[in-house]
Amino acid sequence: MNCPQAKPLIGPYADGELDAAVILELEKHIHDCPACALEWRNLQSLKKALKQDALYFTAPNELRRRIKAELPSPRIAVPRWPLWNWNWFTTATSGAFAICLALLLLVTQTRPSPEQQLAQEVVSSHVRSLMASHVTDVASTDQHTVKPWFTGKLDFSPPVRDLAAEGFPLSGGRLDYLAGRSVAALVFQRHKHVINLFVWSARETDSKPAPIKPLQGYHLIHWSAGGMTFWAVSDLNEKELMEFAQNFATEKTGKP
Amino acid sequence: MVPVDERERSELFEKTVLLHLDSAYNLARWLAGNDHDAQDVAQEASLRAFKYFGSFRGDNARAWLLSIVRNSFHTWLRKNRPAEKMVEMTEDILDIEDPSAVVEAVNPQFADADAVRRAIAELPVDFREIVILREMEGFSYKEIADLTEVPLGTVMSRLARARKLLQKGLTAAFKPGDQR
Repeated sequence: MNCPQAKPLIGPYADGELDAAVILELEKHIHDCPACALEWRNLQSLKKALKQDALYFTAPNELRRRIKAELPSPRIAVPRWPLWNWNWFTTATSGAFAICLALLLLVTQTRPSPEQQLAQEVVSSHVRSLMASHVTDVASTDQHTVKPWFTGKLDFSPPVRDLAAEGFPLSGGRLDYLAGRSVAALVFQRHKHVINLFVWSARETDSKPAPIKPLQGYHLIHWSAGGMTFWAVSDLNEKELMEFAQNFATEKTGKP
Repeated sequence: MVPVDERERSELFEKTVLLHLDSAYNLARWLAGNDHDAQDVAQEASLRAFKYFGSFRGDNARAWLLSIVRNSFHTWLRKNRPAEKMVEMTEDILDIEDPSAVVEAVNPQFADADAVRRAIAELPVDFREIVILREMEGFSYKEIADLTEVPLGTVMSRLARARKLLQKGLTAAFKPGDQR
């Protein structure tokens, strides 16, 4: 390696962007060439200078507060806002009546149903799994690897199967926490879309896969079979997600 | 159509995106050049991010937020400082002699935050943002290319040139006898 070849590589080298093979050659050259060695040292000094804490501007608290104030408040407990709203409306008429009415509404209408709450939890878990780059604890396309992995981690044994033949290859599994308990999350792939299938044991009567109202643009399908409850969630369109759910659910009865 | 529980959404947004507000503000501050405008840009970007949060699919919330900061900054620039055109980089501006070949830059100016700050501020904005993203935020070349929507080769050449400009600026600012 000569200087004209080495010089443009010094920056990428300092940034950790070079291949191991090139690194060896470059290091050898820097060792032998005072001019390139100087350039290397100068770049190190510059990088260090740019990284000093004093140059980093941290966000003022006031900015943080202003932004949070513009978001729908996450800290108010779910049922409070409709109550407050109703009070506004009725203080002019009858206070007692208003409270009764508000309480009634609160209980009957405004509160998300347990299913809606669960659906929200499922979506949140799905989104978190994607954002944290932590989709799988056990990455394997082999159902015989994934299934035993859950043994001892859960008090039930989730059915695991690969639907690669149907176009939904298994990519792994992980433990998750939903509805106040540990659950199995099986991860499937459909093209670039990730499907999370949450499974836990529940005393529910068997039911066929049925779509739940989409949340945040995610589709959800729920079913129960053999004392287990299943929630499939994905940004995949509902038709294909349904296809997935039906494949997963029917194969179960098809094979022993 | 977001029939979601809005509060849950805010909470998730705070945990995953707003977590990176320091990065957003730092970039905005270096691009805009002052606190007041930087706060405007960072706030606008954060709220825009919240609006499109439902469609965010990636795994790098920080890069995503910063790409929105960039866009917000350029929108803001057109509206508030229309006269300030992006400097077209012509070869003569870029034809920088290599200062590191001349002098050992282990002088105290590299530790002087004010001097470094001035040198960064003097960089053309397209170079400045790459320096911030690389050295302060630690993004890879590929991430920077995606985030700024320029080819990888351009990222590398801009970064190399930005570094030469910085070295030149810092070396020039502290010629012996220059008592600043």
